[in-house]
Amino acid sequence: MSGVTQDGGGRPMSVFARVSDALILALGLGLAALPGAAQTAPPTRVVSMNLCTDQLALMLAAPGQLISVSYLAHDGAVAPLQAAARALPANHGLAEEVYLLQPDLVLAGRFSTVATVAMLQRLGVPVIRFEPENSLDDIEAALRQMGAALGRTAQAEALIEDFRADRARLAAHLAERRHGSEGPRAVLYSSRGWTGGSETLSGDILREAGLRNLADDLGLSWGGMVALESLLLADPDRLILGQPARNPEGWSEARALLHHPALRHSRAYRAGVAANDRDWVCGTPFVLQAIARLIDETTP
Amino acid sequence: MTRLLVPALAALVALLFLASILIGPASVPLTDSLSALILADGGPMTLVMRELRLPRAVLAAVIGAGLGLSGAVMQGYLRNPLAEPGLLGVSGAAALGAVLALQTGLAAALALALPLAGLVGAFIAVLLLALLAGPAGGALTLILAGIGVSALSGAGLALVLNLSPDPFAAQEIVFWLMGSLADRSWSHVALALPLILGGATLLLTQARALSALTLGEDAAASMGVSLGRLRATVLLGTAAIVGAATAVAGSIGFIGLMVPHILRRATRGDPARLLPVSALGGAALLLAADIAVRLILPGRDLKLGVLLAILGAPFFLLLILRTRFAQNA
Repeated sequence: MSGVTQDGGGRPMSVFARVSDALILALGLGLAALPGAAQTAPPTRVVSMNLCTDQLALMLAAPGQLISVSYLAHDGAVAPLQAAARALPANHGLAEEVYLLQPDLVLAGRFSTVATVAMLQRLGVPVIRFEPENSLDDIEAALRQMGAALGRTAQAEALIEDFRADRARLAAHLAERRHGSEGPRAVLYSSRGWTGGSETLSGDILREAGLRNLADDLGLSWGGMVALESLLLADPDRLILGQPARNPEGWSEARALLHHPALRHSRAYRAGVAANDRDWVCGTPFVLQAIARLIDETTP
Repeated sequence: MTRLLVPALAALVALLFLASILIGPASVPLTDSLSALILADGGPMTLVMRELRLPRAVLAAVIGAGLGLSGAVMQGYLRNPLAEPGLLGVSGAAALGAVLALQTGLAAALALALPLAGLVGAFIAVLLLALLAGPAGGALTLILAGIGVSALSGAGLALVLNLSPDPFAAQEIVFWLMGSLADRSWSHVALALPLILGGATLLLTQARALSALTLGEDAAASMGVSLGRLRATVLLGTAAIVGAATAVAGSIGFIGLMVPHILRRATRGDPARLLPVSALGGAALLLAADIAVRLILPGRDLKLGVLLAILGAPFFLLLILRTRFAQNA
């Protein structure tokens, strides 16, 4: 369970404690679905083929209900629930291997391979697709959808309760740290110069951490490419560098941009750089950890 | 006319250099950007001028000059107007060397390993070309050898980038095959400049030998030209220039083809005069191309190779036609 309970380390408050408790309860004690609550029998062999549905399913599934997760879930660099995921065999989202697992439910993302999903449906395997979460509110909806899909509505509602409570606590924490002053102007800058706008989950993370998003000033509400030159001239207060999914031995021009001397000499860089990490990747309650860290990192 | 050529080209390069540092995605008044360049006010504009636009313009001038020069030298040495580092796979092989240095972590351990690996790649390619289609080989042999070297280096490049653990690496193939000067920094200048200057110096020492070579190998040898030394110098010099240029900016083709050809008549076909003029012409052409990619599709990082191929490929086809007619006549 180490992957479940680890936190940002040295944070003044343990935002995530209650969510972790709920998880341990859900995974460890194995509460059965409430009798009579489900009209149809809940699925017993669930395969998830998307990193984000992996996370939601790992939080909500009954023991033994989830039989395989995507190979990405085994990678601690992108998956917060790595330890729990490692206990399950990984799949690579290929129709053949998923089908041979004989699932009675497949969980896929909106952008999972269309051909694979179509093939599985043709073979008579029920597939539920999850929309990507673009805001913190979407996370509640995703938890609710996953609870319904797995026949674990009660557990989902409990997690949502915890999520709301943690969010409220974070807001109070933010107000305390900022003393009502206006938040710094921050920008998320990732490989190839990509920035996330306010309509995206990363944008909502910035907002919840009390930061003003530079992407809005640049008219990029859904995000987009920002030339390094334009970024420097916009002169943000804070920089949140998009870290690669892992820290590979490999090298790419796309990431080299984040090491450009001009960026390193900018005012925002010298003010201290925050970084996004695995807690930003998917719309799960783990984003609250990311927000908590971001608040502390961007408060002088 | 010949006398005026050098000052005129130098003035053109200076003008284009100025234009290059004044053009960028952020439109800022001329006086503001120039004052930000000269007076360090600590503002973001100074950072943009000094750390983004200036190194970019310097690289365009230096790499353009190097490629123009090495094109002129290759054409003189192989006595073939179709010889050009980009077209014949020398740049591709240099890119493969550079990518190998980056992906194996060699470039991270030792900064100079990057341009040196480019040099090694380019050297192997030039050596192959010289062996396959040396001064005695015809245009056809040279082009075929070039196709072989290009295909091999392109495949190697694709293989290495596809195997890279970095998810973005595979998309980088466009950069390596098409070249770009976007977001280059002084560290790139520091890596490429010494090797390009060294290579250029080497090549310029061979100007008279190349002039003598126009009379044929035997005549050149009887005039006291050491053919072995000429060959070694040309190989090493072009490899140093193309290798270092490609290691920091990807493969930039067609400059070495177009520039010497345009300027050849003005220098009366004398390689000794053509070399310095081609360097200036190459600098002007690459500066102009780099300005054009920023004006045509601002902020989209249009690759230099795209623009230069659109200009250069018809030029190349025209040259092939001319070579054919010359052979038939």
